[in-house]
Amino acid sequence: MPLLRIPMSLATIFSSMSVDSETQDPDLLRRLLRAKDRMDAASHEDWPVPRLARVSRVCPAHFARSFKQAFGLPPHRYLLTRRIERATALLRDTDRPITEIAFDTGWESLGTFGRTFRDVTGESPGAIRTRARAAAYEFGRLPACFISAAHRPDLTISVSEKRRREGTDIKAPDQKEIP
Amino acid sequence: MSPGVQEVGLYVRDQEEALAFYVGKLGFRVHTDVRNGNYRWLTVQHPDQPSLQLGLFKPGPPVLDEATAQTLHAIVAKGAMPPLVLGVDDCRAAYERLRAAGVEFTQEPTSRFGNVDASFRDPSGNGWKMIEARG
Repeated sequence: MPLLRIPMSLATIFSSMSVDSETQDPDLLRRLLRAKDRMDAASHEDWPVPRLARVSRVCPAHFARSFKQAFGLPPHRYLLTRRIERATALLRDTDRPITEIAFDTGWESLGTFGRTFRDVTGESPGAIRTRARAAAYEFGRLPACFISAAHRPDLTISVSEKRRREGTDIKAPDQKEIP
Repeated sequence: MSPGVQEVGLYVRDQEEALAFYVGKLGFRVHTDVRNGNYRWLTVQHPDQPSLQLGLFKPGPPVLDEATAQTLHAIVAKGAMPPLVLGVDDCRAAYERLRAAGVEFTQEPTSRFGNVDASFRDPSGNGWKMIEARG
């Protein structure tokens, strides 16, 4: 019977762990924030978990769970929201070709960018560009960084789940490219 | 005394650390530093803006219960407090000086629409945008 007690005690530990970030050590949260800040500053770069875990000085095995507990979404999906946000800002504020924007915001192909962008925002990059410019006057008095944040997509579910719900998940071979 | 905002407060995880940061690194001055037991009323002011005090408060008893204080500590550490903005004459020069002093920048000076801005955090996690406004 002692063997059975081990999983039971683990289950007890996990069930007593609140999903509430208020129970996380503020020092850990501060270090997790540093990883989030680094993604914010360079969202076009690759941010595999070991790299983020090093920034936060957290064991890679615990990083993703701790990050999600703290910020409400997994690190790769947070990065995706920042990339979409930045692409949206560039589409709105510059005349640069969409291909250039795709590569500059961290995508490896225009196709992946366009498809992910549509899946997340519901519009194509070109359509967003047209609409954002028409609405630009509304934001004339806000600092640029806050305008950008206001356009960050709210990704409460994964992109693949979003696709599945919308019945558009027909391009399965490309799924691996989606963070 | 002219009518207007006189004091706004920040929550910090450690008042000594905050004092070393805001006074020692950013160049603010101590306005008031009064203790009563565990409680410490600590405010600083920008040298060019004596009319506004910036309070550096540690959430906790006797003002707040431990559970509330823990919540606030978590919120600050997650960088979820509202944005703060510091105006400067020369953003790039201030960036170089503060970075050399060990300030944690989260965004290098960037030019946007004629303004230059950078971002940094205090040790607790409070986020500042440092803006050099177009003249």
